Amino acid sequence: MAKGKRKVPGINASSTADISFILFIFFLITTSMDTDRGLARRLPPPPENTENQEDVIVKERNVLQVRINKDDQLMVGGEWFDIKQLRERAKEFISNPNNDENLPEKHAKQLPFFGNVMVTDKHVISVQNDVGTSYNMYIQVQNELVAAYNELRNELAMAQFGKSLAECSEDEKKAITDYYPQKISEAEPKKYGGK
Amino acid sequence: MGKFNKTGKREMPELNTSSLPDLIFTMLFFFMIVTTMREVTLKVQFRVPQATELEKLEKKSLVSFIYIGKPLKEFQKTMGTTDRIQLNDKFAESSEVQDYIFQERENMKEEDKPFMTVSLKVDADTKMGIVTEVKQALRQAYALKINYSATQRL
Repeated sequence: MAKGKRKVPGINASSTADISFILFIFFLITTSMDTDRGLARRLPPPPENTENQEDVIVKERNVLQVRINKDDQLMVGGEWFDIKQLRERAKEFISNPNNDENLPEKHAKQLPFFGNVMVTDKHVISVQNDVGTSYNMYIQVQNELVAAYNELRNELAMAQFGKSLAECSEDEKKAITDYYPQKISEAEPKKYGGK
Repeated sequence: MGKFNKTGKREMPELNTSSLPDLIFTMLFFFMIVTTMREVTLKVQFRVPQATELEKLEKKSLVSFIYIGKPLKEFQKTMGTTDRIQLNDKFAESSEVQDYIFQERENMKEEDKPFMTVSLKVDADTKMGIVTEVKQALRQAYALKINYSATQRL
């Protein structure tokens, strides 16, 4: 029956584009491209037993109390504060530029690149919030505190290495982080009365 | 001159579309690589707060998500309008957070476990009470690396 060679007919590929378009649109819908960004924090490990917790006595001058109440009002070291002032206050507290009596004490510390320097490595910023505080306010306060650290570190990097912190090498970053260690503590939550 | 005479009808040459599928496929692959699958269907609505000092979340496989916010309209009849926690695909109480973390940790590779990060996607209007409960649960579960999800403030 068959005579001679038969030619295989070419498959019509004009609909491949449509098929791949459908696949493409499916992926567009089911996936998301948003890069997640946020404030990275580290929680303290859980208290082992509550009895020994009070052992650590911190001098009063080394602590900056930041309190937020249920109406999102801010209190820093016993005074009412506006959120805009917090960054400057925190920077002054962390660095203690004039060796103030009421600001954190300084200790000599041996650091690479810097040599023997006086750092306020005993300072603690204690953030305490109420049950009724809004999350937004909490994040704003955290953000201002982190910003204070970042600004100080950047200024230090500029003064020491003549470049911004982002451009520093890993070792230089480490030295700067040791110079201004981030110490934001979150006090154990307290419930004042009801809602 | 013969070069420029316009004799006879000219026909528009047909556009060759044989490389179109390849083009689309390239786009498809690009999207497959840069995007990530949406893993959960959201049951709560949230608008994360704005902040300036943000860090990028690296490595999606190390991240577990906890969502807190008001239930979506269609769930408000059964769940009410107070802030709720969503773990995976369902609503949960703060007491279930610890189990969720353990479960997530089980699913990770051994070498990745210390780098586990929990991303908190919390609505800006949420009260801190529920967030604090979650934070305490995370501490108990030793999931200490957390990330408060936020958008860049310009």
